Amino acid sequence: MTGGRVAGKVAFITGAARGQGRSHAVRLAEEGADIIAIDLCADIASVPYPLATKEDLAETVRQVEALGRRIVASVADVRDFDSLATALEAGVDELGRLDIVCSNVGVNNPAPTHEITEDDWHEIIDVDLSGTWRTTKAAIPYLVAGGNGGSIVLTSSAAGLKGYANIAHYTAAKHGINGLMKTLAQELAEHHIRVNSVNPTQVDTPMIMNAPMYKLFCPDIDEPAREDFAPISQQMNALPIPWVEPRDVSDSVLFLASDEARYITGVALPVDAGVLIT
Amino acid sequence: MTGRVEGKVAFITGAARGQGRSHAIRLAQEGADIIAVDALKDIDTVPYHMATEEDMQETVRQVEALGRRIIASSADVRDFDSLKMALDAGVNELGHVDIVSANAGILSFGAAHELSESTWGEMLDINLTGVWRTAKAAIPHLIEQGTGGSIVLTSSVAGLRSYTGVGHYVSAKHGVVGLMKTLAQELAEHHIRVNTVNPTQVDTPMVQNQGMYDLFSPDIEHPTKEDFARASGDTILYPIPWVESIDVSNAVLFLASDESRYITGVALPIDGGVLVK
Repeated sequence: MTGGRVAGKVAFITGAARGQGRSHAVRLAEEGADIIAIDLCADIASVPYPLATKEDLAETVRQVEALGRRIVASVADVRDFDSLATALEAGVDELGRLDIVCSNVGVNNPAPTHEITEDDWHEIIDVDLSGTWRTTKAAIPYLVAGGNGGSIVLTSSAAGLKGYANIAHYTAAKHGINGLMKTLAQELAEHHIRVNSVNPTQVDTPMIMNAPMYKLFCPDIDEPAREDFAPISQQMNALPIPWVEPRDVSDSVLFLASDEARYITGVALPVDAGVLIT
Repeated sequence: MTGRVEGKVAFITGAARGQGRSHAIRLAQEGADIIAVDALKDIDTVPYHMATEEDMQETVRQVEALGRRIIASSADVRDFDSLKMALDAGVNELGHVDIVSANAGILSFGAAHELSESTWGEMLDINLTGVWRTAKAAIPHLIEQGTGGSIVLTSSVAGLRSYTGVGHYVSAKHGVVGLMKTLAQELAEHHIRVNTVNPTQVDTPMVQNQGMYDLFSPDIEHPTKEDFARASGDTILYPIPWVESIDVSNAVLFLASDESRYITGVALPIDGGVLVK
């Protein structure tokens, strides 16, 4: 094969410093794309686990460059439209175009619904849902002006398609992403811009692999560890696996980003080991 | 670079032409060998011609031109024994089966209350029960091999929403989605994944025929392909009249490959946004 499945395209990826975002950057770069990467690279008050760092983002840069692809990486906050727009503009200036958008940023903070504070509710919604909207708002003018169509992939979740106890803000935000995806698919079809979501089950990333999430899934264990979480997590999946890897989500993002999916739009694609049919 | 389904063997029904041939070629391009079956005879209640022996020979030619092996035979999804015999012969020759593409399907027309018993019955027997028989023939091989597998059932957008004038087709294709979800549950422990592809109108003989043109343009006396393109395009969000077989094949390839190793129980529309229009 010459060139790769997204050769010559440029992808904008939010939350690209680690986890799924880094994996998407590497996978798309493997198939010939250049990358515009952003991440907050700082912690957030309402999120009870450490977020990515500047060192993490530097590692993403290193891995993409090692594949011989270009990457423009910067710190930006999906809660701040101007910071997003500035970072994206710099990337498009440098790389010349924009074809693929991976709105991947996401945070979570488990708590019973009636115990969620106003601040936590707003911050989770602001990052996960409004941040997704701001990402598309920043990117769509470039895609339309480019005149070459485009593919927008929003990272939702199995929690965008079914309920989960004790993460009401996250579940509401992820459902909201699926609504946004369908509306954008309608609005952008005339420009040959496709909009879809990926809807993973638990993925082996720091957003899942942390003490508060272990406690969410294992409420009866004092200080649950990854080993305690694995069998509980597996019970939720139809396939006999505890979780999926970032690479699995990236392979779906790659499919949706590539011209192989040129007529797929408005679709929520579960990467969920069968969670939705169990 | 090795292919995305290198070394795998795919069983494809309805492989003589249309989407089935396209799946055979696309999977072969990515390194798979093929077990191809097709009924190769016309069906009373279907108002257009089915594939022929010459069509199947052309599928064989195109797969072999890619340097892959193909075992092709005539078998009817209405007859379990013929399916099983064809599949078993293919597995004997090629050593295993890893991918199942239950693609055989027909289309006929009529308001639900005006359908005859035979039109209704033949539709369900082929488009739903034929899919079940295809899975039933293949699953013992997949389980016994112990290496997992991917089953892709061809449903339709009509498996997820309704259309007038094809109630039997809509019922059968909805049934395929139900069957897919049950199979996904039953086979997960064996690492066998089961998904559907759900295309909108595809540019194949099942769609490009007078019956379909009449269905989509009831106010035109003798609608043509151009009339159909307009009417069909009106049902699709994306600015296209229909999708091509290759678009469905690319989705089948994705679902058949290890890139989707943890995707199961999913209905994947290839519909140009029909469902969100």
